Amino acid sequence: MALLQAKEITMQFGGLLAVDSVSFHVDKGEIVSLIGPNGAGKTTVFNMLTGVYEITSGAIEFEGKEIHRKTPQEIVDMGISRTFQNLRLFGKMRVIENVLVGTHIRTKYNFFDGLLRTPRYQKEEAEKTLKAIDILESIGLGDKINELASNLPYGDQRKVEIARAIATDAKLILLDEPAAGMNPAESEELLRFIRELRDKGYTIILIEHDMGVVMNISDRIYVLDHGKMIANGLPREIANNPQVIEAYLGGKREK
Amino acid sequence: METFIGAVINGLALGMAYALIAVGYSMVFGVLRLINFAHGSIYAFGAYMVYFFISIQVGLFWSIMIAIVLSGILAMLVDKLALEPLRKKQSIPIASLITTVGVSFIIQNGLALEQVFTSEKKGFPSLNLFPNIMIGNLTIQSSQIIMFAVALVLLAVLSYIVNKTKIGLSMRATEQNARAASLMGVNTNFVISFTFFLGGCSAAIAGTLISGYYQIISPTMGATIGLKAFAAAVVGGIGVLYGSVVGGLVVGVVECIAAQYLGSNVRDPMAFVILILILIIKPNGLFGKKGVSKV
Amino acid sequence: MKEKKSLNLLAPFESFVDKFKVPLSILVGAFLIAVPFLGASRVAMRNLVMIFLYAMLGMGLNVLLGYVGQVSLGHAGFYAIGAYTSAILTTTYGWSFWTGAIAGACVAALIGFLLGLPTLRLSGTYLTIVTLGFGEIVLMVLRQWESVTNGNYGIRSIPVPELFGWELTLSNGGFYWLILFLSTVTAIACYTIKNSNAGRTLIAIKEDELAATMMGIKTTRYKILAFVVSAFITGLAGAYYSVINNGYIEPNNFVFNYSIQILSVVIVGGMGTIRGMYFGSALLMMFPQVFRFLNQWRFVIYGLLLVLMMQFRPQGALGWQSTLPYKLPRRAKKALAEREKAKTVQ
Repeated sequence: MALLQAKEITMQFGGLLAVDSVSFHVDKGEIVSLIGPNGAGKTTVFNMLTGVYEITSGAIEFEGKEIHRKTPQEIVDMGISRTFQNLRLFGKMRVIENVLVGTHIRTKYNFFDGLLRTPRYQKEEAEKTLKAIDILESIGLGDKINELASNLPYGDQRKVEIARAIATDAKLILLDEPAAGMNPAESEELLRFIRELRDKGYTIILIEHDMGVVMNISDRIYVLDHGKMIANGLPREIANNPQVIEAYLGGKREK
Repeated sequence: METFIGAVINGLALGMAYALIAVGYSMVFGVLRLINFAHGSIYAFGAYMVYFFISIQVGLFWSIMIAIVLSGILAMLVDKLALEPLRKKQSIPIASLITTVGVSFIIQNGLALEQVFTSEKKGFPSLNLFPNIMIGNLTIQSSQIIMFAVALVLLAVLSYIVNKTKIGLSMRATEQNARAASLMGVNTNFVISFTFFLGGCSAAIAGTLISGYYQIISPTMGATIGLKAFAAAVVGGIGVLYGSVVGGLVVGVVECIAAQYLGSNVRDPMAFVILILILIIKPNGLFGKKGVSKV
Repeated sequence: MKEKKSLNLLAPFESFVDKFKVPLSILVGAFLIAVPFLGASRVAMRNLVMIFLYAMLGMGLNVLLGYVGQVSLGHAGFYAIGAYTSAILTTTYGWSFWTGAIAGACVAALIGFLLGLPTLRLSGTYLTIVTLGFGEIVLMVLRQWESVTNGNYGIRSIPVPELFGWELTLSNGGFYWLILFLSTVTAIACYTIKNSNAGRTLIAIKEDELAATMMGIKTTRYKILAFVVSAFITGLAGAYYSVINNGYIEPNNFVFNYSIQILSVVIVGGMGTIRGMYFGSALLMMFPQVFRFLNQWRFVIYGLLLVLMMQFRPQGALGWQSTLPYKLPRRAKKALAEREKAKTVQ
């Protein structure tokens, strides 16, 4: 059974069909890429999956349960979390605090435990802090946990977003252009990290523009154009698909 | 019954003047999403300017005209000197809010200085320019009729400016999306200044009308009335001109009836009772457009 | 998106305070406790009391404004509710100050909960407007509900607090120690809240509400929590005020200007900080005293200062971001140290 299954999901804004009856599935332990030209509706699909938008029609199932009528909070609780195309960090909080906010949904101690610093607070806060440090070290930010998030370079900010998403204990992580703004060395390192995540059992959906990155890392690829799914398959199938080439290179000249 | 009708008439006249103050809040809130706390003090400033020019023997008409222009300029200066720099620095919204609070302190207490007008109340010339109208036992003061009529005409003029002129179009564009408007060649800073100018002018007129009705002015006269007018603007739906009119009238009538039957303590807070009820039922006010939230 | 670096003359001072937080606090603390023995005048004691009272009020509003980013223009309403509830319970029903004060804070918190409910439908500026209306309506109720609040005449002969038979007054230092205690407890509570899950959550909501939602945070619930905590602190401060004002309170003690004054303490001191509340309060309470010779000019200058402050230091006088490393929980620190040790052994 697929981990995530989207069945003919549609998103309509007024007269605009942003996503038109799109279906796809993601299996556990896969890295699946969602590609397509600007304005194809990729981020909209992410917003539909995470409950930011209420889908116009269709159905989304996660681990066999319908999630398309759930609130974003419930969806995070079930195990889906995401990053944002235009960074949305808590800029005036330290890096480690950003990641600790990610652990919020798994935090059991209540307001009064925190106020009175009960043993429950002591124990759990220490656990969560260690967990946050571990995540940050694994993503290569171990020496920057005390920096303000907004003071980090762009590439590092993207990493903090990913760390924050992992901290929610998600099973499925949606990464919206994680390599944007990174130099080749950084993005190479990021790819390695994403593969490691998969090997640890995470499942990943990726929106990415850099075709090099996509072809390199994806197990399977879905291609969106003008809100419609125009192709799907293995990376090399996609690379040779004339429809995809046309959608992508439509206006552009070959390099 | 007569007392009831009397309260309603009183409320309609006052409400129309409130509407005139309310549009100032509404327009500024529309373009800047800012509650301009200096607005009430500009209302007081306008009334004091009329008082001053009359006291130095300038005629009533010209005194009012000069006061209107000066108040408009003052409102514009507030924006230019204090608020525009904050926008340029992209300061947090609360910085602007506190700035307008600071400005209202400056203006209000500036008027109250010993060297200026002192903090004592002053008499203001009556605007009962023609004989009162008697219907049975009911007296309608001419100042009430003047207040209603003048405010109505001015609101129509404002409505014309906002809806039919080029600058009005720019104002509406800025209100919709300041960034897009500025990319399309709208000089948003000019639009904002102009908005403040119009707001200042209408506040001065309202100041004159209401002072002419009560025949008394004091430096703090704008504080409560400003808050009430703001409530009226929100009740009607902020950014919608006729909303301010309806909001002003509703607030005016309700508070006069409440004062008549429940005592003067409830007069001022009535505006806020209406405000909270309306906001809970219709979060964007009676005629407010639904704001689209973007992700 | 780096902020423009501007010259910060306070930088050395900022890092000094950050570094020597603990010894500084002990030193200042010891001095503060000893103040009533130093022969300060009645006026000076009264000023000190007001400074700590407004610092506490600032901390109350700070939970809402500094942490979750919601502006309130009606905090005088909570202040009044705390004061009146406590005053009525102690005068009419003979409760002690202590139980009356807690009841006052709880009633304020309950009203805070109700006022927070519209957050379900309203956001940001509109909610600010509701708080403004709330303050005015509280005033109306105080003036109108004469059978309970005695209307415009207010409540008289409110008894002073008693502690094991000792009557607390201004001249015996009791009022001073009481507010020193209350504001310190509040400060500690604010500190622990801020450095727990709830505090981080509130600040995350302020920073980016959507991102917070996508972290699974129930933003509405936390905003209401902030309203409740804020109202509780403010109500408690109100209960205290009811006993120090010569045993007398009236609706005019809680008009809109006081809401603005509380707001100014937070803004001038530095939103989101605790130290800033003390400083902002000291500045605003002392300003009219120190500049008495300016007569009415001082209010004009007060306005001018607010405007200038917003232009040149909108984060508030003491509103800097701490440069210290994140304070790790004790157990986490221990675990990390053990890990280090294990590594070096290998």
